[in-house]
Amino acid sequence: MPFGYVSPAQAMRDKAEYARQGIARGRSCVTLQYDGGILLMAPNPSSALHKISEIYDRIAFAAVGRYNEYENLRKAGITYADITGYQFDRVDVTARGIANYYAQNLGTIFTENLKPFEVEIVVAEVGTRPETDQIYRITFDGSVTDEPGFVAFGGQADQVSAALKERYSPGMSLTEAFSAALAALSASGNGERSEVAATQLEVAILDRTRDHRAFRRIRAARLEELIADSRSADAKSAPAPEAPPASSAGGSAPSTGSEPATGPDRGNTDRGGGVGGGNTTPPNPL
Amino acid sequence: MGSYFDGSAHSRQSGPFAGGEGGPERTRIRPPAGFMDWPSSSFADFLASNSPDLLPGRVPLTPGGAADSPALRDLPHATTIVAAICHHGVVLAGDRRATAGSMIAKRDVEKVFRSDEFSAIGYAGSGSVGIEFVRLFQVELEHYEKMEGQPLSLEGKANRLAWMIRGNLGAAMQGFIVVPLFVGYDEDADQGHIFSYDVAGGPYEEQRFHSIGSGSVFARGSLKKLYADDMPVADAVLACVQALYDAADDDSATGGPDLTRRIFPVIATVTADGFRKLSEAESEDYAQQVVQERMTMPDGPSAPLRTTS
Repeated sequence: MPFGYVSPAQAMRDKAEYARQGIARGRSCVTLQYDGGILLMAPNPSSALHKISEIYDRIAFAAVGRYNEYENLRKAGITYADITGYQFDRVDVTARGIANYYAQNLGTIFTENLKPFEVEIVVAEVGTRPETDQIYRITFDGSVTDEPGFVAFGGQADQVSAALKERYSPGMSLTEAFSAALAALSASGNGERSEVAATQLEVAILDRTRDHRAFRRIRAARLEELIADSRSADAKSAPAPEAPPASSAGGSAPSTGSEPATGPDRGNTDRGGGVGGGNTTPPNPL
Repeated sequence: MGSYFDGSAHSRQSGPFAGGEGGPERTRIRPPAGFMDWPSSSFADFLASNSPDLLPGRVPLTPGGAADSPALRDLPHATTIVAAICHHGVVLAGDRRATAGSMIAKRDVEKVFRSDEFSAIGYAGSGSVGIEFVRLFQVELEHYEKMEGQPLSLEGKANRLAWMIRGNLGAAMQGFIVVPLFVGYDEDADQGHIFSYDVAGGPYEEQRFHSIGSGSVFARGSLKKLYADDMPVADAVLACVQALYDAADDDSATGGPDLTRRIFPVIATVTADGFRKLSEAESEDYAQQVVQERMTMPDGPSAPLRTTS
């Protein structure tokens, strides 16, 4: 409980700082367009607690940050979408509407609650043509940005975004997009790359050609296949000094030698992925 | 400024859709702010608390009941639905007629729908309420699946539908009767199932085959003679089309295949491959086959008089 006078400007700065730190502690998540739809990818060791989900027929949700908070938002978004679709028609549910709904809620929470939500959300909608695809990013304070093509958010978002920008091009195939996303997620601070195993990844697509429900998770065999494809493509396009890309790719970083190749920042608990992961942050004061 | 210092002072009433101040009709649980913290994964539960007006069958009570009023009699009514369990699946089929009293209200109405990937629903009774029921049930199943990350069990779906039908009992007493027939494929048991209902709910699990609606008596008699255990899907579809023909033959409210307008029964199969609605052309093939056979044998195939042992 704050004591004495705190100026509104200071209070907002503190809250924003708090939320930013919380979000940066986790791992990044990427969303990008490919020729047949939209690809969403996040490192996530849990196969049950999702960061990426279906909201409606052609709309997906991806989030980073505190699990309980974005899970709450995810469910609220589904309810909003379902009630809108039931009241009017299924085509009347749009990513723009859902993004606005999240913006309203997050904005209200940020202003009125002592503790802001430590989440960042992406709402993606696949259209009938690539030009009609929409990707919106909503931050903890309720600001919405329209992200054409691709977006990386959460964790070390700037680095991942830069890596993704390098590789992204409009009209990529799924394999190319997958490869770009994987490379971006594997890129950590000092330019090193580490391998990500299939069990550590959560991948889903919005498939433009699918009727009714476009959302589909990519799991098990198909995921392994895509990882293998993207590695062989990488090996061909960029002949790295170390020949087999499957070997520990810690060329320039001496410290990673003995670590299992699981992800860019092993020391940081990924709170989206595990039940016991929340112990690094203060308990929710509400 | 209190809202900042004590956190959530106003959050219960803020956000869009938070529900206005409760009027005399809104005495139930207030919906949580902006749909957050809602404990249930049921869409129908949410509607019941948040927007009860959106539930199907919300009709004003008329003293003494309205069942015999001409206004109600002239509302379109959907008629016959048949279902048969087949080899690793189930078939659901319905005729295309809707009647208003003794008049044909619509020739090409659809009464068989996909409810989710592994189930289908058909209904008989009041057309308008039935359509709303089907829509709500579809959203209910999908909503649960999205919220929980996995679909309801087949029994769970059947029970949910029973609860929804019971909720319509008041309207049914007024004459807005809707009775569904629900079929689904159980992935674990690799088997089709049929569930029937009455106006107060259910479900009643049916073995082998079942039929509802005005022509159901004739359709069931027909299916009884044509049905065989573990039929291939194509045979079960043909048996259902034969049964619908027999129903149309004897029940004025059931429509037969309309060869001149090319209107044929709606047929759906639910198997390990999921729900599939047969295309117009496939449906026409089955119907033409039945009609051609009946040119020579108007009463259709005859069952052997004695069971051969």
